[in-house]
Amino acid sequence: MTPTSVLVTGASGYLGGAVAAALLADGVRVRTLQRRPSGVPGAEDVLGTVTDADARRAAVQGVDAVVHLAAKVTFTGDPAEFAAINVQGTRDLLHDAKDAGVRGFVHVSSPSVAHTGRSIMGEGAAPAEPQRARGEYARTKAAAELIALAADEPGLAVTAVRPHLVWGPGDPQLVARVQDRARRGRLPIVGTGAALVDTCYIDDAVTGLLAALRRLEVTHGNAYVLTSGEPRPIGELFADFCRAAGVRPPSRHVPVPVAKAVGAAAELVWRIRPGDDEPPMTRFLAEQLSTAHWFDQRRTRRDLDWTPPVGVRRGLERLAAHA
Amino acid sequence: MSAAAPAALPPEGLPGLDRAWSRLVTAPSSDGARRTWHLLDTGPALEAAGVRPVGTVLAVHGNPTWSYLWREVVAASLEAERPWRVVAVDQLEMGWSERTGAPRTVADRVRDLGLLTDALGLDGPVVPLGHDWGGIVAMGWAVDHAADTAGVVLANTALPDPTEDVLPGLLRFALTPAVTRAGTSGTTAFLETTLRIAHPPLPPEVRAAYRAPYRGAARRAGIEQFVRDIPADPSHPSAAELARIAEGVGRLAVPVLLLWGPRDPVFQERYLAGLMRRMPHADVHRFEGAGHLLPEDVALAPVIRTWLETRLGGDRPAELAAYLDAAPYEPLWSVLDARRDESSTALVEMRGGTRPPRVVSWRLLARRIESIAAGLLAVGVRRGQRVSLLVPPGADLTAALYACLRIGAVVVVADAGLGLQGMTRAVNGARPDWIIGVPAALGIARALGWPGVRILAGGASPALRNAIGARHTLAELAATGDGVGLPPEPAPDDLAAVLFTSGSTGPAKGVRYTYRRLAGVRDALRRECGLGQGSGLVAGFAPFALLGPALGCRTATPEMDVTRPATLTAERLAASIAAVDADSVFLSPAAMANVVATADEAAAFERIRLVLSAGAPLGGPLLDGAARVFPQATIRTPYGMTECLLVTDVTLTDIREAGSGNGVCVGRPITGVRVRIAPLDADGVPHGSRVVAPGTTGEIEVSAPHMLTGYDRLWLTDRRARAGTSAQPWHRTGDVGHLDEQGRLWVEGRLQHVIVTADGVVTPVGVEQRAESVGVRRAAAVGVGPRGTQQLVVVVEDRPSGLVEPALADSVRAAVGEPVAAVLGVPRLPTDIRHNSKIDRALLARWAEAVLAGERPPRW
Repeated sequence: MTPTSVLVTGASGYLGGAVAAALLADGVRVRTLQRRPSGVPGAEDVLGTVTDADARRAAVQGVDAVVHLAAKVTFTGDPAEFAAINVQGTRDLLHDAKDAGVRGFVHVSSPSVAHTGRSIMGEGAAPAEPQRARGEYARTKAAAELIALAADEPGLAVTAVRPHLVWGPGDPQLVARVQDRARRGRLPIVGTGAALVDTCYIDDAVTGLLAALRRLEVTHGNAYVLTSGEPRPIGELFADFCRAAGVRPPSRHVPVPVAKAVGAAAELVWRIRPGDDEPPMTRFLAEQLSTAHWFDQRRTRRDLDWTPPVGVRRGLERLAAHA
Repeated sequence: MSAAAPAALPPEGLPGLDRAWSRLVTAPSSDGARRTWHLLDTGPALEAAGVRPVGTVLAVHGNPTWSYLWREVVAASLEAERPWRVVAVDQLEMGWSERTGAPRTVADRVRDLGLLTDALGLDGPVVPLGHDWGGIVAMGWAVDHAADTAGVVLANTALPDPTEDVLPGLLRFALTPAVTRAGTSGTTAFLETTLRIAHPPLPPEVRAAYRAPYRGAARRAGIEQFVRDIPADPSHPSAAELARIAEGVGRLAVPVLLLWGPRDPVFQERYLAGLMRRMPHADVHRFEGAGHLLPEDVALAPVIRTWLETRLGGDRPAELAAYLDAAPYEPLWSVLDARRDESSTALVEMRGGTRPPRVVSWRLLARRIESIAAGLLAVGVRRGQRVSLLVPPGADLTAALYACLRIGAVVVVADAGLGLQGMTRAVNGARPDWIIGVPAALGIARALGWPGVRILAGGASPALRNAIGARHTLAELAATGDGVGLPPEPAPDDLAAVLFTSGSTGPAKGVRYTYRRLAGVRDALRRECGLGQGSGLVAGFAPFALLGPALGCRTATPEMDVTRPATLTAERLAASIAAVDADSVFLSPAAMANVVATADEAAAFERIRLVLSAGAPLGGPLLDGAARVFPQATIRTPYGMTECLLVTDVTLTDIREAGSGNGVCVGRPITGVRVRIAPLDADGVPHGSRVVAPGTTGEIEVSAPHMLTGYDRLWLTDRRARAGTSAQPWHRTGDVGHLDEQGRLWVEGRLQHVIVTADGVVTPVGVEQRAESVGVRRAAAVGVGPRGTQQLVVVVEDRPSGLVEPALADSVRAAVGEPVAAVLGVPRLPTDIRHNSKIDRALLARWAEAVLAGERPPRW
């Protein structure tokens, strides 16, 4: 579909903000919904959360389509809060969107909804499995994706897109954390560092999401994994992130079982100790860093009629140029 | 223990079995009563779909299985475009068919099956399909219904053979009455043993399905009776029926397919040989690695379907290629005959230590060949029998080889470089009637039970000779046959040789050559290299060493261990060159590498005009080294394979002129050879339309008067490797490459090593060459992940295992150009024994996949 106005939830985030900006650049009117100002020039911000009925209804009023990125994205935290934001928030937003006559809905999901801890090599988007997903985030995102796809019906086309490990210049999550920890000498390589991992450069993620929106007639009812399609060994990728910032890449290896044990202990400590920061390691993260996860992108590219415009190699060049 | 029980339908939910296929059919039986059979039958489903089948496959299981054995054949029947109806019966007393409480002989079973097919009203062509003892019943049916039988398909079964025991050894032991009852019905030992010998092991739910109709001793009575019915001696009641069937199948004039799993402890290979003697026209396919439960070990349904289409569907493959065989034929021994009175040197065999070289004149060689040939006939070697030659290159091998050829015996040549296991597989596959070998080889042959009467080449003490069980020696044969005349020459299109491939790309395959095609190899070599009378040749490469005398060259075999070509030193080569005043040298790449490495002064090689290296491409540095060591020589590296030894030819100068490209430039096709390309589709599969246009990558196909006539006892492999028509046969090489604007062929790798990414097909050799250009010693390109969305990984040698340093990864990526997911290091790449140059990319891909999954990788 070709919407003239779109609601982007979670536009204060790295990917959400970039999606909003890209839509504006295409001449689309953009409204946003999140607690803080989006900081996207030209966007109409509605401040609030998806758990706030008034804010939600105000946000969906009069838009053609929704790109739903808002979620609780942390490794640890209160399970009830994950469920309220990620599951119930998505359900309510879909309901309100339908009521408001919205015709298209791109639900931004995560490959972790189908990740059971083993290696993924060249597989497509397996069905979301809340009962087997690892950790509260993945579990609630899995449930949310099932709800979103079930809401697809004539009148409201819904697709789920799972970008994998989005990164790029100015990325406060992956790149900044890796660089920051390496700078402090606190970035270990889990296992051999050879696990082959797909990632998604920011421009590839944005264009992919917009392609999913544009191609809703084809993509509706389906889930797609979205990557730049150039997997790299995780150790090599992190080293490249470090080199882009002129930081010495890590050389210290931690055996996988040790990392998992540390992760389990950290999760326990962070559960009882106050504070909003994230633990340095979790079991989920230890698994993510030591097993392969790269995906078959043929169906994504065919259905979205899209190929990643930048890719990992050129993305790394841009990252270095940015620093 | 016997008890009557009615027939029943199998329970729901057996894996791979659709209950809709099951029927109960009541028919008259051999005991006079009407009996009820359980059978799987696709007839009703095909009729419901309005499809008229081509004919009926009548599938008969053996002991102790049931029609479940054929479930994939049944399922395939319903998916075929031009389907055959499949009727797979449970024999009476077996599976879900009726338990009558009375024993049945094989004669009863053959009659029972005939009465059933009468009741079913099978008309139109029928192809009985049988496994194990079901094969005998199926053959019995065919003998009794010859007019309705369109073909026969058999798997791991047996027939009594006049020259052999009828009984497989293990079963004879099992026939001891106490063992029989205890093993077959009293306990489930026989059943369980049979179910445990599948390769790979059967999943528990499949084993359970096989067991399902045999719960309780009473239901297993049929298994016991079946075993008791195996005739242990000619007085057994069933011996006469078996003899009748055996005699009858010999007269069946229909196509036959024999499918065989060699890892069968009971139905051993000699039973296959017996079946082939009874049905010499049969198509044979041996599935290396598979065993007795062949329908479980191998997907037989597509094989059977292909065979039915080929043999009974009018789509007949190339048998003999008239146009290839139109060239004038000059027997391999014609030069030997012509020079039989010359006292000049024909052969020099260099020997180690202080022993002087063995020098053989043309006169002596001709006489030696003739006397051995006559001696072979005298001890019973017959035209068409197979003789395995396990003798290193030299005077004995040359004499034995030409003697065998002269009397029409088929020589079997398997390179010792295959290793013991590979040799054993090759010898068992080719099943020679005779083995001519040096003491060490005969010792191994005896210890490992290789088939064939043993003939010793070389000397041995009586004690040693006894220990290795040599019945004759070449010297005795020569003495016996001296002065005795020879029979007429074999015909040009008779089978002359079975040459085994190196096995570096799967189990070694036997390649069949007729006399005419072998002579064609000699003619191609003569034409292409100008070798002939007056040339002196040092043959350090076995296949061509044997052709030296046929070319009329003075031939020297250097002192070296043929299984380790790197044992040839420059000094030894110089001695050989001097011995025959050589102007030409043939070397394998590994031997070349060692000669280059050990040559301290080039002077000795000044007079060499021609250097030929075959087997694998020479790398740039090695070519430069060869040019230094042989300064006056034209250095040629022909491209070929066991199936067609000379396809293209290229000189060092040509290679330098061609420069770099995607793959290795192997030059232009030699005279008489045609080359074309079957382009690859997006899945890396060669498709129908062939091209000779430049720039298209695909599978290389060749057609030549000196190529193979087929693969030996590998019907399916043979079928798949054929392209074209009987008038214009082409051989699919399994290599991929392209032709360039100048008509030169570039080899880009093996078809099975092609990497199929989401963006298209990547061939390995070009990637490897570009990776090596950044200064790594050797690189291998492999794909990880599922075909169609594979990632390209480059593995470089001389590095610790795992990720390489970032700078090297960057430079390899930059050099390769294609997206490279990872650059990994290994201390040594896994390679084959024979050439030490063919990288085991399948193993390497599994290793890389494990490393990149964060798992513990396999070792080599």
